[in-house]
Amino acid sequence: MSTIEISGLHKSFGALEVLRGIDLSVEAGEVVCVIGPSGSGKSTLLRCVNLLEEPTSGTIRVAGTEVTDPDCDIDAVRRGIGMVFQQFNLFGHLTVRENVTIAQRRVLRRSRAEAERVATANLSRVGLLDKAGAYPAQLSGGQQQRVAIARALAMDPQLMLFDEPTSALDPELVGEVLAVMRGLAAEGMTMLVVTHEMAFAREVAHRVVFMDGGVVVEQGPPAEVFGSPREERTRTFLHRVLEPARVSENEIGVQRKE
Amino acid sequence: MSMSPRRRRQVFRVAGYVLFAAVLVAVAAAADWGRLSEAFFRLDVARSMFPDAITVALRNTIVYTLLAFVFGLTLGLVLALMRLSSILPYRWFATAYIELFRGLPALLVLFMVGYGVPLAFPDREIPGGVYGSVTVGLGLTAAAYMAETIRAGIQAVPKGQLEAARTLGMSHPRAMVSIILPQAFRIVIPPLTNEIILLTKDTSLVYVLGVTSTTIELTKFAGDSLNTRVNPTPLVVAGLLYLVITLPLSQLVRGLERRARKER
Ligand SMILES: Nc1ncnc2c1ncn2[C@@H]1O[C@H](COP(=O)(O)OP(=O)(O)OP(=O)(O)O)[C@@H](O)[C@H]1O
Ligand SMILES: [Mg+2]
Repeated sequence: MSTIEISGLHKSFGALEVLRGIDLSVEAGEVVCVIGPSGSGKSTLLRCVNLLEEPTSGTIRVAGTEVTDPDCDIDAVRRGIGMVFQQFNLFGHLTVRENVTIAQRRVLRRSRAEAERVATANLSRVGLLDKAGAYPAQLSGGQQQRVAIARALAMDPQLMLFDEPTSALDPELVGEVLAVMRGLAAEGMTMLVVTHEMAFAREVAHRVVFMDGGVVVEQGPPAEVFGSPREERTRTFLHRVLEPARVSENEIGVQRKE
Repeated sequence: MSMSPRRRRQVFRVAGYVLFAAVLVAVAAAADWGRLSEAFFRLDVARSMFPDAITVALRNTIVYTLLAFVFGLTLGLVLALMRLSSILPYRWFATAYIELFRGLPALLVLFMVGYGVPLAFPDREIPGGVYGSVTVGLGLTAAAYMAETIRAGIQAVPKGQLEAARTLGMSHPRAMVSIILPQAFRIVIPPLTNEIILLTKDTSLVYVLGVTSTTIELTKFAGDSLNTRVNPTPLVVAGLLYLVITLPLSQLVRGLERRARKER
């Protein structure tokens, strides 16, 4: 049984069809990176997995539970799926420690002592135990994102979703977040990661999925997708992302005045 | 000789100060100070108002304000949540309520609660006597304003907060209570404090319900004193006592707004 099984997933916002039939599965312990141009539907795909967006059609199973079934207890499913957002979304009125304990207490009904113990372990895990008493606004972006990861991990998820976790960070802060994610991958966490960090995808992912226009254009081991992409669209995208300084005016249709 | 723009601005500035001082001096010279102090600052008249001005009138003004505020805040919160509900009739109801009560004079609503409803249902009464009528009569109107304030506060909390909470497995109500409302209330404390200031002043309408010597509030108390002493000093005393309530509150609002700006 795969951890995530997506089949025939379609999603429209009004007349705009953003996902046009996605079939994708993620095995337990696998790290899958989703890459693709802006607007290709990567975030929407991720948000369908934990039903932040309601799919228009198709089925999604997470650890055997069909989340698209109207009778499914979505709150219970979400407890098992950690999600990390581009904008961190830490709870601004709570301290770092409270951010990590609140859902343990209110959702999992853990005792205070147990929740504190788990929080301590996970904050140490991301190297921020010394910031436990701080408020999110007092932390750098990279620190906030690491707290967000600790907050998700405290729920003991069997699966972690990352939606461009480093895109809102200053360049010098990207590394600390990727380091934590690499550690998680090494521990065998199942991860579905939308990212523009090609070096991370190449090095850490077991499989890379290239999306464009709401479909999966190609997927495979990073060495294949990056080394010898089969599809023209993949090649164009990789060229623009990996060598942005070498994109020519010709390619983008610049016309010069004579 | 032509002045540089900078020089000209300087001259205008100085002229502004001079004009202000001149008007001030002219008014002070023209005023009949003896008459003024005889009318508005009679110490014996002022003294005769105490201690009732504080122990009864000011106290009742504060009590009416707080009662109406708590009632309005509770109802306003319910209305704000209805306004944001996904259930269409709830939204309709809340919108209609808010539009209705923001469009009616507070005095009319007070008449309705104090006299209209008792006339229609003579065998029932609002519990708490005049206190109950004031709570409802002023609270119904205040709720409409506070509902809009609270709704704006809830909507000012970034959407990602709710998503993060739901992602952690919180139900919608749980996320509302633990995550959204605490942050929304922080945002609306300054405007809500302004609502208290407005309510404080609106309690002056309560006299129309026919208050007694124990339920009297500041404005009516001052009016009565003015009648018995045939001197307007009581109005000045009442005005100063209102400021005792409202000035610290507006100071508080300013402080909170300054802090909120800094946190951003
Ligand atoms: N709630 C929404 N309502 C309407 N349109 C939406 C909504 N969410 C996303 N879209 C549209 O769906 C398309 C795909 O969006 P999505 O966020 O999934 O793209 P993405 O691949 O994550 O892009 P990016 O790299 O910019 O994050 C975009 O055209 C976007 O404008
Ligand atoms: Mg996105």
